[in-house]
Amino acid sequence: MLELSHISFAASDGDANKEILNDVSLRVNERFVAITGPNGSGKSTLAKIIAGILTPTEGKIFLDGEDITGLSVTERARRGISYAFQQPVRFKGITVKDLISLAAGRKITVSEACTYLSEVGLCARDYIDREVNASLSGGELKRIEIATVLARGTALSVFDEPEAGIDLWSFQNLISVFEKMHARTNGSILIISHQERILNIADKIVVIANGKVEREGSREEILPNLLAGRICPAFGQ
Amino acid sequence: MDELEKMLLMQIADLHKVPDGAYNIRKNGEADGRRSTPHIRIEGRKDGKSGIDIFVSGETKGESVHIPVVITKTDYREKVYNDFYVEAGADVLIIAGCGIHNCGVETAEHSGVHTFHLGKGARVKYVEKHYAEGDGNGENVMNPETVMYLEEGARMEMETTQIKGVDSTARTTRATLAANADLVIREKIYTHGKQYAKTDFSVQLEGDGAGADIVSRSVAAGTSRQELELRIDGNGKCHGHSECDAIIMDDAHVIAVPALAANCVDAELIHEAAIGKIAGEQLLKLMTLGLTEQEAEEQIIKGFLS
Repeated sequence: MLELSHISFAASDGDANKEILNDVSLRVNERFVAITGPNGSGKSTLAKIIAGILTPTEGKIFLDGEDITGLSVTERARRGISYAFQQPVRFKGITVKDLISLAAGRKITVSEACTYLSEVGLCARDYIDREVNASLSGGELKRIEIATVLARGTALSVFDEPEAGIDLWSFQNLISVFEKMHARTNGSILIISHQERILNIADKIVVIANGKVEREGSREEILPNLLAGRICPAFGQ
Repeated sequence: MDELEKMLLMQIADLHKVPDGAYNIRKNGEADGRRSTPHIRIEGRKDGKSGIDIFVSGETKGESVHIPVVITKTDYREKVYNDFYVEAGADVLIIAGCGIHNCGVETAEHSGVHTFHLGKGARVKYVEKHYAEGDGNGENVMNPETVMYLEEGARMEMETTQIKGVDSTARTTRATLAANADLVIREKIYTHGKQYAKTDFSVQLEGDGAGADIVSRSVAAGTSRQELELRIDGNGKCHGHSECDAIIMDDAHVIAVPALAANCVDAELIHEAAIGKIAGEQLLKLMTLGLTEQEAEEQIIKGFLS
């Protein structure tokens, strides 16, 4: 279980400090937890704090009871946290198979690589030897990014807007990837998303606005209000 | 051949034993073994210079020639001239390379001049690797010079790699291409410590339809210095592309000097160059997969130079 306790984060903005997150406390124990909220509300910052890419200004993070606030990105990854980048990183010379092998933590066979790639809707034969470089489209990179998280198979997986850029592939496939992932790891999947169809599978929804947890609860509790609230100022639409 | 020499041969030519096909092994300036085949003839030079002449007949298809050089002495310098005459229609793989193990405090230096004459439609894949090591403080110096003349429709693919341990190198390559000839060069260099590497490529695209594609990838670490000069002259309706891509680390220095000269209105020439450190987000991505920062750096460099 992941627990965030009184997390605040401020980033320097010129001479002043800009507060991005303010006293966020959260528990992630369910199968699918969705974090949603308007742009600029601090969702991606929260995901980076969980992965260890950013260090909170205040507050503590616990994974299965252990205080991991001071642990590095590497140490958190080794303790079972996976993180899918919103904008996947490109590498010259590293092939799709290399990257999936690094994610799995061992040399994988071609057929294993194929399994992960076909789960994200890519024809493995066309991709395993390709470099993860600018020759791949944004959507292809995004799916490979998801495949690296699949290959890790950790107890906690964090996805930052996984739906962005995968328009050619259906949401239903993305959702079935999450379902299969859960069946395999029996862990928690934390998804940052604006998409109703993703919110629709969440066991718990957390709404973040202006750096604070505005509401949280089960899908049944939150989603109807959220949809009605599309006219609410928090969503700005 | 002792274990040390076998290890050097493995590093530069992936050779575990005497190779199949034609070969000439040069060890500390002496011929250590030579074999010609019905299609590929290897002879000592007759002009008094050190080196060999290699004649590849037009009937050659899919055969290979290995010509590794091994040096295990200190305070030793040599200049070697190897000329390749590849007849029209031949298709051959040539594997060269130099391995130095310098156990002393003096310099060990190998300068190899390889001149290729490719007949019409001949195809050559040329692979050379340079590797050095030592347990003394002696300098290891290698200066490979490659000169290529491609007749009409000939194709040459050159893979040149400097793996490790070469303290100083000047890598000079000159090529002249006739109509419809094609040249592909892939260079990979890794320098560390106080090493210095200079690459100087110059390609003349003389005929219509000639093409050159040259990519140099390098990593400079420590306080090493690299200089890269890369020039393509388009003298006809030709196409040329060159690219230099360098990762710089620590206190290293890299200078890239690209040059394109179009002497014909139909010449299409492109150059791309980039020098930079490893991107922070690349390190972060691999760290989120459980690698340490150092392991991530090693993987990125390994991929970049693979």
